[in-house]
Amino acid sequence: MAILELNNVSVTHVQGHQRNTVVHDVDITVNQGDCFGLVGPSGCGKSSLLWVLAGLNPHWQGHIQMLNRDLKPGEIFKGDLRREVQMVFQDPYASLHPKHRLRRTLSEPLKRLRFSDIDDRIEQGFKQVGLTSAMIDRYPHQLSGGQRQRVAIVRALLLQPKLLLLDEPTSALDMSVQAEILNLLNELKAQHQLTMILVSHDPNTIDYMCDTAVTMKAGRIDEYRHYSAEFTFQ
Amino acid sequence: MTNNQTLINIENLNICLSNGQSLVKDLSFRMGRERVALVGESGSGKSLTARTLMGLLPAACTPYANRAQLLEKPILTLSQKQWCQLRGKKVAMVLQDPKYALNPARTIGMQIEEPLLLHQKMSRKARSEKVEAMLDAVGLPNPKEIRKWYPHQLSGGMGQRVMLAIALINDPQLLIADEPTSALDHAMRDQVLELIFSLVEERDMGLLLISHDLKQVAQYSERVLVMYQGQLVDELKASELANSHHPYTKTLWSCQPHIEKRGSPLPVLDRNELEKRYGNT
Amino acid sequence: MIINSINQKVWPKWLNTFNLGLSLVVILVFIAISAPLLTDYDPNIQNIAQRLAPPTQEHLLGTDRFGRDLFARVLYGARPTLLLVSLVIMITVPIGLLIGICAGYFGGWTERVLMRFTDIVMSLPSLVIALALVSILGPGLMNGALALAFTSWPSFARQARTETLALRRSDYLAAAKMQGISGWRLIIGHILPLCLPSAIVRAALNLGGIILSAAGLGFLGMGIQPPAAEWGSMVANGSRVIFDQWWVAAVPGCAILYASLAFNLLGDGLRDKMDPRHDK
Repeated sequence: MAILELNNVSVTHVQGHQRNTVVHDVDITVNQGDCFGLVGPSGCGKSSLLWVLAGLNPHWQGHIQMLNRDLKPGEIFKGDLRREVQMVFQDPYASLHPKHRLRRTLSEPLKRLRFSDIDDRIEQGFKQVGLTSAMIDRYPHQLSGGQRQRVAIVRALLLQPKLLLLDEPTSALDMSVQAEILNLLNELKAQHQLTMILVSHDPNTIDYMCDTAVTMKAGRIDEYRHYSAEFTFQ
Repeated sequence: MTNNQTLINIENLNICLSNGQSLVKDLSFRMGRERVALVGESGSGKSLTARTLMGLLPAACTPYANRAQLLEKPILTLSQKQWCQLRGKKVAMVLQDPKYALNPARTIGMQIEEPLLLHQKMSRKARSEKVEAMLDAVGLPNPKEIRKWYPHQLSGGMGQRVMLAIALINDPQLLIADEPTSALDHAMRDQVLELIFSLVEERDMGLLLISHDLKQVAQYSERVLVMYQGQLVDELKASELANSHHPYTKTLWSCQPHIEKRGSPLPVLDRNELEKRYGNT
Repeated sequence: MIINSINQKVWPKWLNTFNLGLSLVVILVFIAISAPLLTDYDPNIQNIAQRLAPPTQEHLLGTDRFGRDLFARVLYGARPTLLLVSLVIMITVPIGLLIGICAGYFGGWTERVLMRFTDIVMSLPSLVIALALVSILGPGLMNGALALAFTSWPSFARQARTETLALRRSDYLAAAKMQGISGWRLIIGHILPLCLPSAIVRAALNLGGIILSAAGLGFLGMGIQPPAAEWGSMVANGSRVIFDQWWVAAVPGCAILYASLAFNLLGDGLRDKMDPRHDK
């Protein structure tokens, strides 16, 4: 079942009066429970496309159907849709607010949506990603890059999303830490039945993690790839 | 300038911060005219070691060593003037990101010519010819045109080639490359490393390649030194990397994702084990 | 044989701009609070017999032309100065931050209108406008503070707007948006804490100048009214007899210098401290 469908989608970057089209006419289908990969050199438009799917870039044209809703260009994500699509950003050093303790960063959106048992949920989340409860009351600068990225993953998952977007989640991390994070992502995907869209410039990461992928070049899709169903995580 | 000259000779190098925290502990290694890779992750101290070898440590770090020689000169006590004799002439360094390492206000022709002006006496015509020859040697097209370009007009790969040209123009004996391809796209990485490798071979230089990617250095070096949390934990020939017995090296070698590993978790480090073995200072 | 690197400059750890500035400011505040304890003289009691007396045992810094003890007047004079300066900061910083952050966050016409307004106010000559306002509102401490505040907030607004624009592109604000946090919650909870440190530094740096402006107002008779002790008006009164009894103008002049210097050092030291490159 398709959780996401893009037809003839183009994306523009707007800076002042300048408009620059960075993605041209892409067609993509993502099925529920899949890990979908977007790979290509820097500047190919993969991150721009991801940010459109995250609802962070309203400048796009075409037709997008996401989680059984038809999106309109320029539409701000609200309500359930805002909650059901979450993202893990590339730079672990820049995605957590430097002046907020982690507890504040994680509980604020939960409080806003009036979740119950917020502290319990946060503790559970930390345990799931292999962090200790002592870290909940720390500041981001007291954690390593790998630990911060785990917190970013917890933050994304606490809202119980259906679609998880990952913008080069491991490119700023050491190789050994990358392996740990990729393993963690695969575990969580199986546990929470997530659909993931993973952007990377490393073809090996995409080959390892994804069920289907597209290669992008200069804003257009170059190649579609389907990986054999033999190798999937249980 | 013998073929067996020891280019780097370090014995018990320690680098500490002013609050006593130790960043590099008891590091010893020697290298001659060979290609050696210094591999480690963040916090391993590999970049600090490279900077010590060029006299570019930040003021907050203090180095101590029983012996620290570069081209048989004791580097920890050199004056700035003496350093100027070494840097750019006998030893050169290529850094990670050309965006930040090149001067945005000067043409690349001027930047490549500068080491010549500083260290050699040549006529303007001879300098010009050498600059263009160097641009050609690093694989940049149209040397006559491209020398008038500014750094912001270059892509990452081209910028790195310019950095190489600047480093090699005075025919140094040793090249220290500090993560020269980390800021580049995957496709570009192999090309730039190939280039470094072939130039170093051609000129019979020593190469100290600093990287976090074991597989990458395996192709381009003869000997590999592995660092973890400021200590040297393993030293072996590049050809033996796949068969290493050391837990850290073994995991680092096999932890990268690959299509053949689909369906099973990637090998990870046992950090508790490593903590016990190498401890925290 | 251990070889180590060439020695680095060695200062005592506590001797830096911030500590120096802070100590001077603390002394100033202490003087203002405990003025009655430090001197027996009432700053306003006149003693014509003793007028224009040079510094002696009895009057440590001499007397002015009404015979009032200068030491006492200088000590008590710290109060209106500090009060004025605090009022100005309490008005300027919140207004400047609010306008700047809103302009940076909302963009579009909001930004254009707010920034053009800021530009206009910034182009007004501050002391002249302060004088004009005071002459309309009447002299006094509160009016003086309002007048000075009116022309001080634009620099805070500009700085806050620039910072907000830079922050808008940051990942942690994008992450907050993804979690549904936007509007005033984002401004107050996420953007403001990041604009505050540089606003504090700017405020500290501005204080030195505000003290001088306040003294200027006093000098022109537009600040606190006599007979209250205020450094600016003291300098004005002393300038009439400056050639024969130089201490009458010099003493409050030095006090102004001291206060201005103290806040300048504090602001400079704060800026150095807050500079992220300062940690290691």
